[in-house]
Amino acid sequence: MPESRRLPTGSVIGRLVLIAAVIACAAAAFVYTGGWFSPERLTPDKLVDALTPPGGAPPLGHRRNHAKGVCFTGVFEANGVGSELSHAQVFARGEYPALGRFNLATTNPNVRDGTVRVRGLGLMISTPDGQEWRMAMIDAPVFPVATPQGFYQLLLAQASKDPNAMPTFAKTHPEIAKFSNWAKSAPWTGSYAEDRFNSLNSFIFVDGSGAEHAVRWSLLPAAQPVVVAPEELAKRRPDFLEQEITERVRGGPARWTMLVTVANPGDTTADPSQPWPQDRRAVEVGTLVVREIEAERNGPCRDINFDPTVLPSGIRTSDDPFPAARSSAYAKSYDRRTAEAEDYPRTAPGGSQ
Amino acid sequence: MTPIRRFTPPQRFLHWLMALCILAMLFIGVGMVSTVAPKYLTLVSIHKPLGTLILILALIRLAVRLRYRAPPLPPDLPEPLKLAAHLSHYALYALMIVMPLIGWGMLSAAAYPVELWDGVYLPSILPLSDRLHTVLWNAHYYLAFLFYVVILMHVAAALFHAIIRRDGVFEAMGPALTRDKVGPADRPVVPLQRSG
Repeated sequence: MPESRRLPTGSVIGRLVLIAAVIACAAAAFVYTGGWFSPERLTPDKLVDALTPPGGAPPLGHRRNHAKGVCFTGVFEANGVGSELSHAQVFARGEYPALGRFNLATTNPNVRDGTVRVRGLGLMISTPDGQEWRMAMIDAPVFPVATPQGFYQLLLAQASKDPNAMPTFAKTHPEIAKFSNWAKSAPWTGSYAEDRFNSLNSFIFVDGSGAEHAVRWSLLPAAQPVVVAPEELAKRRPDFLEQEITERVRGGPARWTMLVTVANPGDTTADPSQPWPQDRRAVEVGTLVVREIEAERNGPCRDINFDPTVLPSGIRTSDDPFPAARSSAYAKSYDRRTAEAEDYPRTAPGGSQ
Repeated sequence: MTPIRRFTPPQRFLHWLMALCILAMLFIGVGMVSTVAPKYLTLVSIHKPLGTLILILALIRLAVRLRYRAPPLPPDLPEPLKLAAHLSHYALYALMIVMPLIGWGMLSAAAYPVELWDGVYLPSILPLSDRLHTVLWNAHYYLAFLFYVVILMHVAAALFHAIIRRDGVFEAMGPALTRDKVGPADRPVVPLQRSG
């Protein structure tokens, strides 16, 4: 190195310190962005960890929530009417392959079917343009809480040994009253085929002219619901819901009408704990036809994440904060359970747990 | 004295453009996996097209590099530093090309649609497989941190050349505005003319 470029030793040390400081700041910025300095940040790991039953181990290899379920295949028959609300191909008159999963809102994959209050339906509809519409719905008419942070607090309260935890939670989150009333008073049925499933979250449909419509949607069962007392359901076989739907569909397809409800201007879309008034315009856009019940264990649903933000062009998320939170947490659940494939009981004896 | 040989203008342009893209990519990545807030979806929707862009730019850059090569390192640079320089550049090129492919493969192995923007998708490049997904997820996650560490070493080395050794290595890739220190003498500053 030519002498003229040599720096005095003191100057070299000063400049080395400067370089070290630049690198340290850059490293700190990265770590900060990752949330290591933000213990209050609600991360997908925290949310998924909070689902693990208190003092228990997570259901290795299974979905972290809605862990018990049974897979199905069928079609979505679009009647074409939905095209006035969204230009997605799934609403153009036609028949599109559907894959879905009836499930129970529980973290226990071996739970007795009759003991779980909330039932769900995950669905994925594929269209010839290569797009997919995925959703995960439940039978409750409203979500228990208004925000993802509130849901996290609810999980903590439910897991708490403090007898005042839930009453305190209900005081600070009064919106849970609507859900609680439903849970206490709504009739139970003995079949997934007799249940109504609701998106709860609001989404935006974009029609062919580019106009936007805030919507929620539901699947209304074609089968007449038969009310069964919960005490009676608790006595049934542990897997009676799976067995019932399997036998029913063997005898012929089960059907649901998809009803899209359109918000009026001013209806809240950001809070799924608040139902919209009953008089809102509702449009029947098609029919879900469940043709085959598929094995849960080695079936086509096992490695599918029913992420409600996988949407075709013509549907997008709204200001409802839940789809983003669900997407983030579902991905975490998926990453964990697929990494636990060794623990998943793939080759179980057919028919029973 | 021999004039400093610099990278060609297309190489310098690609370097600085990709530096911006890759830094943004790494920060978006580490940020998005740590939140459930609505910005999660925004960050994911940037991460996928930006990763695709980086893959395309990296392939172009590799071709440009093979065509135009790199200026030689200073002959007086100690051998271990020369070795480190060469190895870190192999690592950077490998990561620029492999990271987007791993991300794409990881999403494919989970049967997630890889949406670039509204209604435009990349095709799936792998079959649905929980084991493949796990291997690729781990690779994507840990290589991201390795990538950032290699970038920090690269920045430290660049600054070492720029402000301590002052040997022209930084200027070889420096922004076009960098003055050529061993070129012609600096133009004298023209005093501002006071206008009447």
